Amino acid sequence: MGAIEAPELSFAALAPLLFVFGAAAVGVLVEAFAPRAVRHPVQVAIALVGTIGALVATVLLAGTQDVTAAGALAVDGPALFLQGTIAVLGALSVLLFSERALDPARSAFVAAAAVPAGSVRDRELATSERVQTEVYPLATFAIGGMMLFTAANDLLIMFVALEVLSLPLYLLCGLARRRRLLSQEAAVKYFLLGAFASAFFLYGLALVYGATGSVRLSDVRVAVVTEGGSALMVLGLGLLVVGLMFKASVAPFHSWTPDVYQGAPTAVTAFMAAATKVAAFGAVLRLLYVAFGTADWTWRPLIYGLAIVSMVVGAVLGLTQTDVKRMLAYSSIAHAGFLLTGVIGLGPDGTGYGLAATMFYLLAYGLTTLGAFGLITLVRDGDGEATHLSQWAGLAQRSPLVAALMTFFLLALAGIPLTSGFTGKFAVFRAAIEVGAWPLVVTALVASAIAAFFYLRVVVLMYFSDPAPDGPTVGVPGLPTTIVLAITAAATLVLGVLPGSVLDLAESAAVFVG
Amino acid sequence: MTITNYLVLAAILFTIGAVGVLVRRNAIVVFMCIELMLNSVNLTLITFARSTGTVEGQVIALFVMVVAAAEVVVGLAIIMSIYRTRRSASVDDVNLLKY
Repeated sequence: MGAIEAPELSFAALAPLLFVFGAAAVGVLVEAFAPRAVRHPVQVAIALVGTIGALVATVLLAGTQDVTAAGALAVDGPALFLQGTIAVLGALSVLLFSERALDPARSAFVAAAAVPAGSVRDRELATSERVQTEVYPLATFAIGGMMLFTAANDLLIMFVALEVLSLPLYLLCGLARRRRLLSQEAAVKYFLLGAFASAFFLYGLALVYGATGSVRLSDVRVAVVTEGGSALMVLGLGLLVVGLMFKASVAPFHSWTPDVYQGAPTAVTAFMAAATKVAAFGAVLRLLYVAFGTADWTWRPLIYGLAIVSMVVGAVLGLTQTDVKRMLAYSSIAHAGFLLTGVIGLGPDGTGYGLAATMFYLLAYGLTTLGAFGLITLVRDGDGEATHLSQWAGLAQRSPLVAALMTFFLLALAGIPLTSGFTGKFAVFRAAIEVGAWPLVVTALVASAIAAFFYLRVVVLMYFSDPAPDGPTVGVPGLPTTIVLAITAAATLVLGVLPGSVLDLAESAAVFVG
Repeated sequence: MTITNYLVLAAILFTIGAVGVLVRRNAIVVFMCIELMLNSVNLTLITFARSTGTVEGQVIALFVMVVAAAEVVVGLAIIMSIYRTRRSASVDDVNLLKY
């Protein structure tokens, strides 16, 4: 027996991941050893240091093209661009989590998750300032998993990262302070369906392994080229795509999305809607372009169909919603379809504009949707957040600023010019047109028009209806939420008016290694 | 015994698990069906490790077991917390969120 050789690790290339996972591990230790009174500020500080440190590390690493950890991790342009995006969205989400000025109980998270909802002890704790501060390490672990997901050059690492990002999210969904039953219900649904989907991903992994003898993406690509696509491999790819599409909330694998988005604490919903989508699409792009890019007949029809179904389902079912959070959930399903339009834009021999366009769209959509959910946390009544659409009637008279910002974010989601949503949609549609997928783009334009109706309905409701006498109040946010809203609104405007430099950055980053 | 028999057995177990998730009503039983799916994947992996003559399949199976254990911790915690409030683990009772 020879000694086992240690794999080569490039710690510099892994710095973004080390920062985030290090912060998460320190957060767990703080939970164990620090007294309760100081935990909240300390945890927020650690989570912010971890995510912002990771962002700085990705910026410093820009231009790296490296495969490390014995070939299991690819540190390349797309990985770094999406890791940076996730770090930004993660840091902003942590700020949303840490908001203490809005809720009378000073946090949106439960005081003690283990106490049964509705019990005597639960009512005692309802007004206490105690918070389950484990949310910060959990969120940091999820951010780390997402960043690992976009860099995974190996199906096994991809699976482990999928679970590392999912398991904390399942728990975060169940930790709302108010409407705890709804929150726990969201957690159960997300967990059962999420575990179901990861079983499909895993079966796909096993079949691809059987067909090619390896789970390394580069080896799979070689096997695809030399042996052609066998039935076993195509079936495996299909199952892998099912597992990933579930995380990206693409219809018809979207059934969890509205329920979970509605039931989870709004800050967690914002985090899921923005960051999980970036991570899931990062993995989809790497799997399809790196491993199966030379045999795109294996996935192009499938992705084509999923894009159409997702856009139509999201846009049409979004029309019937009466809850703002559910409406934004269907909006996120429609946007997943638009993103798949960009994924289709892979030209022959790995050329084409699809990768850069999709990455830009992910950044733009993530920031906009984070801002929109951040605004929802401000509109409140006695029972927490007021999310029913009828409660939003006449909001412009109560708070012109909130109504104006919400209008801006909704216009960006609808893709109106001078917002980042327009630039993103233009980019992905152009990429799809260039490879000749114009029927898909026509469908996307129709779906955009339908979706614009339900966004504008909210705008009309806010400006042209009379407020109900017992309607909600608009809370005055503390510093964290103010920062988040300012940054997301500024980014949505800048990426719409002057997108050139970021588009160039995405384009120069759009080269996969491996 | 040929290799194919093991693969067919694993596919049958996976299907039983998937159908179970869709038709059973108790959250714990649904969860057990998901575990059945994961273990059928393990059987597939081991079989392929044998047929392709590589060791990765066996290593991945170990990873799957560890991840499944972590999933049990999270899943049972969530199901417990909802059971303690409702005194029921039926997924049909979990119906506050719709439309």
